Amino acid sequence: MSASKGLPVAAARGAEQVAGHSWAPLVILVLLLLALAPAFLVEGYRLFQLTLAVIYALAILGLNIVTGYNGQISLGHGAFYAVGAYTAAILMAHFEVPYWATLPVAALVCAALGYGIGFPALRLGSLYLALTTFSLAVAVPQILKYKAFEDWTGGVQGLFIFKPDPPFGLPLSNDQWMYIFTVLVAATLFILSWNLLRSRIGRALLAIRDQPVAAEAMGMNLAQLKTRTFAVSAMITGIAGALSAIAVEFVSPDSFSVILSITLFVGMVVGGVASILGTVFGGLFVVFVPNLAEDISKAAPGVIYGIILIAFLFLLPTGFAGFLRRLVVPLLRRRRSAQAMSSNGR
Amino acid sequence: MDGLAHQLIAGIATGGIYASVALALVVIYQATHHINFAQGAMATFSTYIAYMLIQAEVPYWAAFFATVALSFIIGVLIERILLRPMHNAPVLTHVGIFIGLLLAISDLCGWLFDYTVKSFPTPFDAGGPMLGGLISGHELGSTAVTLSMLILIYLFFRHTSLGLATRAAAYNPVSSRLVGIRVGWMLAVGWGLAAAIGAVAGMMIAPVVFLEPNMMLGILLYAFAGALLGGIDNPGGAVLGGFAVGIIENLGGAYLVGTELKLTLALIIIIGVLLIRPNGLFGRVLVSRV
Repeated sequence: MSASKGLPVAAARGAEQVAGHSWAPLVILVLLLLALAPAFLVEGYRLFQLTLAVIYALAILGLNIVTGYNGQISLGHGAFYAVGAYTAAILMAHFEVPYWATLPVAALVCAALGYGIGFPALRLGSLYLALTTFSLAVAVPQILKYKAFEDWTGGVQGLFIFKPDPPFGLPLSNDQWMYIFTVLVAATLFILSWNLLRSRIGRALLAIRDQPVAAEAMGMNLAQLKTRTFAVSAMITGIAGALSAIAVEFVSPDSFSVILSITLFVGMVVGGVASILGTVFGGLFVVFVPNLAEDISKAAPGVIYGIILIAFLFLLPTGFAGFLRRLVVPLLRRRRSAQAMSSNGR
Repeated sequence: MDGLAHQLIAGIATGGIYASVALALVVIYQATHHINFAQGAMATFSTYIAYMLIQAEVPYWAAFFATVALSFIIGVLIERILLRPMHNAPVLTHVGIFIGLLLAISDLCGWLFDYTVKSFPTPFDAGGPMLGGLISGHELGSTAVTLSMLILIYLFFRHTSLGLATRAAAYNPVSSRLVGIRVGWMLAVGWGLAAAIGAVAGMMIAPVVFLEPNMMLGILLYAFAGALLGGIDNPGGAVLGGFAVGIIENLGGAYLVGTELKLTLALIIIIGVLLIRPNGLFGRVLVSRV
């Protein structure tokens, strides 16, 4: 958001990274095992919901890279999610491509589409991207229903596909395998994104968000970096879409309305803008909170959703992740300063 | 040839609606440099208020003006309560608030008035086509209403001191404050005006597209296209852009893409404008001083 807020955090993170570098593989392994555990602890519909939560987290990660880290507001990432889902479904239903092979294709298609949408919109101010992507999100169901594509997309009916069997004769149920597969794909993309955002390019993205003029003066090609970031972000969300098609075993135009894009946006804000951890909270939020909202008011879950969004913007603009950071960082700092004091005293 | 003429006139009639919503967007954009994504939802909500009043047997025109007044107040309240405290916040926060409003208001409509599609009355002669079958009574009447509203808005901005103050506050807030204009309240007036304009557009289009919570979503898209085509910082341009988009939509729908891809046509216009002439036909080329 503001430069003054962003910089100290980035600096602190840099220090953490240096200090804990050798621990990184171990930490990742432990986190991965923790993430995989539900496959054996939870069953049936709950496991399916968790699979969806991981998929949404991945989709929100894509959105967060461009909107959170690079400051370019997209209100239409549901469109890339839809294109990813349809790519996977069409390949599986019409060409009998194995499920895992659909992911790279979906990634390529969505990256190209993201580049194509980003190119005209990103040369201009950030509101133009918001406007274009919002329009894209509104138009997508209509395009998917269009008669000329009906042979491919199944029109209003949509397409049915089948959940894959576990490979190598592993003794797992289809649901368990789907969850594990989703977590493995998501983990890979999370680690790649983490590295990307901690790299030279990641710092460039933050610079473009916070100080575009200075960034341009330092020789960055703003339009090009923004467009490429948008393509990467669309790619990640597209992969999430492909996973969702495989997990749900069904795609139809009406499941990809503009509400989906808005849901991803809400998930990002509530989880934490420009926070990788926040995307996980966001994924859990968009899967589990609508049920709660419907419990509160059957007729108008959107009212509650909208109020939650506005409340977060007013009270917790950094989302869950920022809230946690605010709780945890002072504790760590206190411990560190206590250590420093005791060592000084010696 | 008759078909073409009819499509042109129908295009002007819907273009009036797009022009109104585009103007509402531009009024807020000029003052705050934000695009109100909830503009359509607010207009739909106003239309529901009118529907409720008419159901309660209030005469049409009384309901019409009461709705416009109520919408103005709602617009002012939204600015005062939700946007005023946030006016220094980053763009993302504003977009988030608009999206929150969009969600909350459209579902509120569904919750209060249920989700069924309703037919909305027209005050104009519903009888047969006029002018040799070229135009229906409602098309003629709604075009007259939107045009007179646009003229009124023009007169307000050009020839009243409040209009001048509103323009001044949008153009140069700091100097306006120095000469004693209450800039914050001028923004609120802008919001009220935008909400009132949206209400008129909603009531005029509802008899055509029927009343339901997402009624204005497609219209909002065309208003975006119109505002961009005319130049997002130019009210007159946005109005012309709205009319142009209405005509393009009707001709395109009739001869090119059919009704099934109407929303996609709006998207294509938006992308086309951004590619070819990003400042719109009448917009200023924006140069920012570093």
